[in-house]
Amino acid sequence: MLESFQIIISLLDSTIRIATPLIFCAMAGIFSERSGIIDIGLEGKMLLSAFVAATATFLTGSPIFGLFAAILVSCSASLIHGFACITNKGDQVISGLAINILASGLTITLGIALFSRGGQTPPLASEQRFMPIDFPFLDQLSFVPVFGELFVEVISGHNILVYLSVLAVFFTYYVIFKTRFGLRLRAVGEKPEAVDTAGISVIKMRYQSILIAGMLCGLAGAYLSIAHGAGFGREMSAGKGYIALAAMIFGKWNPIPTLFACLLFGFLEALGVRLEGVELIWIGEVPVQVMQALPYVLTVVLLAGFIGKARAPGAIGVPYSKEG
Amino acid sequence: MKNSENKGGNEAIASLPPSTESAIELKNITKRFGHVVANSDVNLKVRTGTIHGIVGENGAGKSTLMNILFGLYKPDSGMIFLNGKAVDVNSPEKSIALGIGMVHQHFMLVPTFTVLENAMLGNEGSMLLRSGEEVVLDRLKGLSNNYGLDVDFEAIISDTPVGMQQRVEILKALNRGAKILILDEPTGVLTPQETIGLFDILRSLREQGVTIILITHKLKEIMSITDTVSVMRGGKVVADFSTEKTSPEELAENMVGRKVLLSIKKPILKVGKPVLEVKNVSHESKDGVLVLKNISFDLKEGEILGIAGVAGNGQSELLDILSGIETLQRGQITVNDKTILPFQDWNSKKAREFGVAHVPEDRHKRGLVLPFYNYENSILGYHRNEDYSSGFLMDKRKILNFVDDLVENFDVRPRSSSISSGKLSGGNQQKLVLAREIESNPNILLVGQPTRGVDIGAIERIYADLMKLKSKGTAILLVSVELDEIMSLSDRIVVMNQGTIVGETNSSNATELELGKMMSGLEQV
Repeated sequence: MLESFQIIISLLDSTIRIATPLIFCAMAGIFSERSGIIDIGLEGKMLLSAFVAATATFLTGSPIFGLFAAILVSCSASLIHGFACITNKGDQVISGLAINILASGLTITLGIALFSRGGQTPPLASEQRFMPIDFPFLDQLSFVPVFGELFVEVISGHNILVYLSVLAVFFTYYVIFKTRFGLRLRAVGEKPEAVDTAGISVIKMRYQSILIAGMLCGLAGAYLSIAHGAGFGREMSAGKGYIALAAMIFGKWNPIPTLFACLLFGFLEALGVRLEGVELIWIGEVPVQVMQALPYVLTVVLLAGFIGKARAPGAIGVPYSKEG
Repeated sequence: MKNSENKGGNEAIASLPPSTESAIELKNITKRFGHVVANSDVNLKVRTGTIHGIVGENGAGKSTLMNILFGLYKPDSGMIFLNGKAVDVNSPEKSIALGIGMVHQHFMLVPTFTVLENAMLGNEGSMLLRSGEEVVLDRLKGLSNNYGLDVDFEAIISDTPVGMQQRVEILKALNRGAKILILDEPTGVLTPQETIGLFDILRSLREQGVTIILITHKLKEIMSITDTVSVMRGGKVVADFSTEKTSPEELAENMVGRKVLLSIKKPILKVGKPVLEVKNVSHESKDGVLVLKNISFDLKEGEILGIAGVAGNGQSELLDILSGIETLQRGQITVNDKTILPFQDWNSKKAREFGVAHVPEDRHKRGLVLPFYNYENSILGYHRNEDYSSGFLMDKRKILNFVDDLVENFDVRPRSSSISSGKLSGGNQQKLVLAREIESNPNILLVGQPTRGVDIGAIERIYADLMKLKSKGTAILLVSVELDEIMSLSDRIVVMNQGTIVGETNSSNATELELGKMMSGLEQV
């Protein structure tokens, strides 16, 4: 009994760690797609910023500097995306894919050129990373049964970016649904003509949205390489950007449901890691690939039948043009 | 955005005294799109506190001119004066700040937003929505009471009727402080009752000093509500009239550039035996909504039966079933003594074999393949005909011969078989579709919205072709949302509302008011 409780606690703990970059990316996706821009480049932006965060931190020794460098680079990638598909009305999926391919190649090439370690960056010392923060009163609380343990093991003891990701969800919710900016952002994703004829610049709104998305992706990347991990490894984003995209669709472009979708996918992955090589009764050993595929399968199945139709913003993927 | 922020529409309007000076003056406006001159040297003057109509055919440059005034397009040359002062309207933001509001033909509303959210967009009152909503709602309620703009602020736009959506558009403009209101084809989607309601609103706006520009192609509306009217043709303003001193005939002549026969001579024919009988047809849409409920009627040789109704009341589904595009689910159809039962093999190929031709409501979606050449489009659906194909290969020479005659006989311009149909004007595309269907010698012709987006000259021609067909004894089922069209072409009229037939009448004793009431579901006959 005690052992299974321990297992659950540790599963929840890794769920949160795994879900953090998903949450940042999914919120980024919400900002971008609510404004009508498909953001398949979440993956690439995260990868780029992970690389830049690790590199900048290694070179300067300051994770804060690394974080800002990551955000800067991710925003630049957003601007490239914007220049291609907002200013020049290109295809948003193609442009996003291009960013992913660019990120994948560029990080490895630059990594090898700079550090000659097969694409990896040198490991970072613990003072060069965002380290776990312990909450106060841990000693006293650890005596409280169940809750105390949950608090100590699951809630407390994460790095600052984990807590920031939760804040990002509420930030996203508040901005999108409670502010004038959010009203215009949603309007521009549903019916840009309505925004244009209301005397608001569609182009400006969309650039602002993807810049916010860029910042959030930067945080996700930094989390991977200088908070959760201690350095960059090639392809370390490993499809998380796509899972975040799935979580966002699963959450119907709403921040709170999307948060739960990210947690669910995080949990599935944690479970997958946990079950690796473990014999299950009746089933036997589950191949890793099956567990890895679960989030996608789940998205398709749930979207197909259970949670109703996910309605994308009305004008998503359509470049805005005034004259015809 | 700053300048549009602090304007309450109300006060701004009330402080403007009615006067004879011009609210708007456009001087020598020219606008080109590539090689096409949309507006050429246009001059226009509108007095403050009046309703000014602009009429013209499609492509005459009305909408372009208004989009220039609203700041959506930049003119290549020319000047705009507001209340006597030269202004540079280079963006909607600027024009809104100058007090110009526009209600577009296709509404600029966010379908997923509430009425309130739509009305406040662009002038939200505050950075935060909650505090802004209170301010704006107060202001909107004032405007709404003042002008009889009855709306439900909580409703989601996509759930509201078009009439209300239009009122939201007007509110939106007033909320931003509009003193000049441009309405682009505002009555196209309205029932006659809603149109009367809209005109009442426009009159009360005029009383309080708002200047209104009304763009329309409906001459009757121009005559009934405007003070002055300008006629546009070929990108130019060709005539200005005081409404009292002109007539629909004179306006039409100026629009087209020649005399137009607006009245239709209906050939008087003895109707023959019924060729199409529809019995208790019901239909469920893919979303499980019952879109047709127990429809029954018959159509006789040499008769035109008009189906009137506001768009979206089941007419389209009815046409789809009769033409074989949709499966018959319930009821029974008899075509030329052949009976079709539910879920029987019934498709558009079979419909054609049975002598049913179909001019679809949406010529772009179903009537033509736009990038195809005229000669290809002219045999669509009849391409299996042995005249044009030898089983496998198409006989291009025969097709071209046929099509050359076709465009000649039906006055499709330009008279070319090898131009892609997408390059034709709406009216000529429609003539092409109609020509194709008439040439198949049907004895039943289903026609949906024959003159939607078609200019007067082409309308005249299309009506004449339909009458010619009728006099040959073909039975014609005419579905249209244009009440005038239904009344002047049909022998008998049935009215549809929410998937049922709510009334039937002879066109000779039908009145617009009575039909309008039936269309809005107010009265069962």
